[in-house]
Amino acid sequence: MITSLNVASIYVLDKEEALDFYVNKLGLEKGNDVRQGDYRWLTIRVPGQPGTEVSLEQPGSPLHDEATAAQLRELISKGALGGLVFITDDAHALYETLKARGVTDFTQEPTEHFYGTDMGVRDPFGNPIRILQQGKAAQKATA
Amino acid sequence: MRPEDRIRVRRSSRVAGFGPIAYRCGVSREIEELNRRLLRARDAMDRAYAEPLNVRAVAAVAHVSEAHFIRTFRAVFGETPHRYLQRRRVERSMFLLRETERSVTDICFDVGFTSLGTFSRMFRQIVGEPPSVYRRGHGPIVAPHCVQLSAMRPRLSAAEIGHAELSSFGEAASVSAL
Repeated sequence: MITSLNVASIYVLDKEEALDFYVNKLGLEKGNDVRQGDYRWLTIRVPGQPGTEVSLEQPGSPLHDEATAAQLRELISKGALGGLVFITDDAHALYETLKARGVTDFTQEPTEHFYGTDMGVRDPFGNPIRILQQGKAAQKATA
Repeated sequence: MRPEDRIRVRRSSRVAGFGPIAYRCGVSREIEELNRRLLRARDAMDRAYAEPLNVRAVAAVAHVSEAHFIRTFRAVFGETPHRYLQRRRVERSMFLLRETERSVTDICFDVGFTSLGTFSRMFRQIVGEPPSVYRRGHGPIVAPHCVQLSAMRPRLSAAEIGHAELSSFGEAASVSAL
């Protein structure tokens, strides 16, 4: 039987810029960073949780021919590819932290729902990220 | 966050994610940059749908002219910005009808329509039944908010596109959301 999720991938337009966003803005940590020829195996993960990593993949050689890579880049930049969902212990505090770090591309400020408080943000390339604080929301309602 | 800040935040953001990458060819990179800016404008509509938006204001989020915005938005996302916004407003009204006890009139204004007549007519055209009938037939949906936002926004068939009477986007005079 499968016991856990180990690695999932997202496409980014630039691995170095992605690393800066996911680590320095979002607060994740770098996992693997291994170069093999032209290829850079680069992952990020939630600090203290090495069991699950997100691989940052960049369209292009050696994974794709240029035409395929161009199609993927178009889809990334129009927000049409899949994103990530994270859990936080305090959505409102995290929202303020992200703003203080210069994050501007929020798709939704923290909003209360029956299942908790969630917020939305895009990475620099257009990938959607949801961040959820689980549990019945106790904070003030937002419009 | 105040309603008027919702777009202002976005307008002040610089175009990120497109550092100099030598191997990426110029045309491809231009497309990606435009896509990203259009997506940013689309996000602004999703966030500020309840405000009296006009197309010029939303185009400014993407740093393009009004005409260029409408043309390229349609090419990239398959529908005009106006249509995208109206479907978002109708989706939000469907959500409020399912989840709250608010009156149809209150919900109409909650989601950004300025006329109950326009709202009722458009709701019926898109959903196929009046808001009050929809409410009787639908209760809360147990799915995360983001799933509802993504999956529940109604889309019309091609034959139904282009009803000028559906407009309440271009005619909005106020730019208070900016």
